[in-house]
Amino acid sequence: MTLLLVQLLNGLQLGVLLFLIAAGLTLVFGVLDVINLAHGVQYMAGAYLAVLGAQWTGSFWWGLLLAAVVSGGIGLGLNAAVFRPLRGRDHLDPVLATFGLTLLFEEGARTLFGPAPLGMALPPGLAGTVGLPGGLQYPVYRLALLGAGLGVAAVLWAVIERTRAGMLVRAAASDAPVLGALGVDVGRVFAGVLGAGGLLAGFAGAAAAPLISVEPGMGGNVLILAFVVVVVGGVGSVRGAFVAALLVGLCDTLGRGYATELLRAVLSPSAARMAGPALASMSIYVLMAGVLAWRPGGLAGGLAGGLAGGAAGGRA
Amino acid sequence: MTEAGWGAGAARATGCVLALFLVGAPIAVALGASGYILSVATRAAAFAIAAVSLQFVLGFGGMVSFGHAAMIGMGAYTVLAAAGADATWVLPLSAVMGAGFAALTGVVALRTRGVTFIMITLAFGQMAYFVAQALTVFGGDDGATLDGRSPLFGTPLLDGRFAFHALVVGNLVVLGLLLRGVALSRFGRALRAARQSEVRVTALGYDVFRIRLAAYAIGGAGGGMAGFWLANTSEFVSPAILDWRGSGTLLVMVILGSVGALGRSVDGRLIGAAAGATGLVVMEEALALVTPHGALLLGPAMVLLALAGRRV
Repeated sequence: MTLLLVQLLNGLQLGVLLFLIAAGLTLVFGVLDVINLAHGVQYMAGAYLAVLGAQWTGSFWWGLLLAAVVSGGIGLGLNAAVFRPLRGRDHLDPVLATFGLTLLFEEGARTLFGPAPLGMALPPGLAGTVGLPGGLQYPVYRLALLGAGLGVAAVLWAVIERTRAGMLVRAAASDAPVLGALGVDVGRVFAGVLGAGGLLAGFAGAAAAPLISVEPGMGGNVLILAFVVVVVGGVGSVRGAFVAALLVGLCDTLGRGYATELLRAVLSPSAARMAGPALASMSIYVLMAGVLAWRPGGLAGGLAGGLAGGAAGGRA
Repeated sequence: MTEAGWGAGAARATGCVLALFLVGAPIAVALGASGYILSVATRAAAFAIAAVSLQFVLGFGGMVSFGHAAMIGMGAYTVLAAAGADATWVLPLSAVMGAGFAALTGVVALRTRGVTFIMITLAFGQMAYFVAQALTVFGGDDGATLDGRSPLFGTPLLDGRFAFHALVVGNLVVLGLLLRGVALSRFGRALRAARQSEVRVTALGYDVFRIRLAAYAIGGAGGGMAGFWLANTSEFVSPAILDWRGSGTLLVMVILGSVGALGRSVDGRLIGAAAGATGLVVMEEALALVTPHGALLLGPAMVLLALAGRRV
């Protein structure tokens, strides 16, 4: 029972981490209608910057701040260098450009820091563990990460739903040309969305850095998990992404924890040991296929009032 | 087709250069050049098989599939699973496995459009990658070495490097001609028309979903074949062959093969994709001779290619 609680907490924590990454992605999709493959390397850059920043300043918190700010800057740079010049082109051009940037950044990290993973110490105040009901110890940092993720989600929700900037983002997502015709500088909205997306991805990378191995390829796998989240949640919907991220995080963690045991009920132990991990790694994609079969626009797709519900099904 | 005149010249010129390289490499090696050239040419031809099949999906079907490496993986793992079996049935089986995976995932992916389709194909590709990684029977993350190349008609014909090269190039030519035939058929015309206007093709009474699904599966079959040859070339199969960056590289090959006048005709696109694959493989190999950090140059080159603008 306690083990299940630990798995649930781990799943939720993976979920909020995925949400931080997917929130930026889904906004960029919804507002600009382009795919940003370089989002994964922004996450990677955040983790590297946190490690380096913590080494230079001696403080985890400065590292975290540096990572978030510089990643936001990378987002703005990406907008100026790639997305603004490519506005109005078909989907393939941004894919090609951001794929090239991914290769460049990953190889750059490998050249500068080597292929071996870097480690990062936990911040001193959050290094301990707390006892869970049932006697198991759980790391404080993981709980703090879960809390921080939920906090960021709440702030993001408030900004999008309650502020003028958020209103502009929602308007740009549903119809950017009309928003431009109303006299709003749409280019600045786009830049803001990319900057905010980069900031969130960098923050996620920095926050995850003490828990994972910081290596050049780390962005790729997380990026595709974030895509699954975006698709399940409905392209452009931050609310959908939040629900989907928690679903995907739980599904993946619980799948890995229990697939083998569940299969043992129907298969021989050796067959279950073989098929379990394979089935576990398929679980979130099966979830995605299931949701899409039920609602092709994702969980939020087609819901009235959902951010850019139209963008998901658009482009007939 | 007023554009045909434009495209035909470019297609013919590209085809000549490509043929010169693929036929010239074994001749040069037979005359004493380094055998390395032939191994590069063979790998290039195998990737060209994957690229022309992706061109069929992307250039004719308008479906930006970011999961083509998974089809290659299906073919490669089929060779591993059927270790030692005769190529006369392993090659078709690889194609069937690629087509089957494409059809299964296509049913879900084709319910969506635009960026969502790109993401879903990418996600299904990654699913195949992780499943391959989890399959301990096939060596898990480390992959597994083949005991040798597949026999052909019970003979070790594929062991000879010249014969092997000839067969890969032969498969490329046959597949290219087949895809050309399909693209020019009634089915292919409907497929290409749906790329321009789904609504009008539907209004003409065609089921666009089924046409696209069939085209996606045909592309998957080509990917499976490429996987068969790539597995037999290196006599080694690992999940790395399914990595999503491989799918991206294949897209770059196809985009390279659709620049300018090449993109204006069916022949141009198919020949262009094969040439794009060959060019990229040769370029990667040449860069690797100079520096291990070739991606530092290839990455920005892709960005420039995108910014320079092309039409696919």
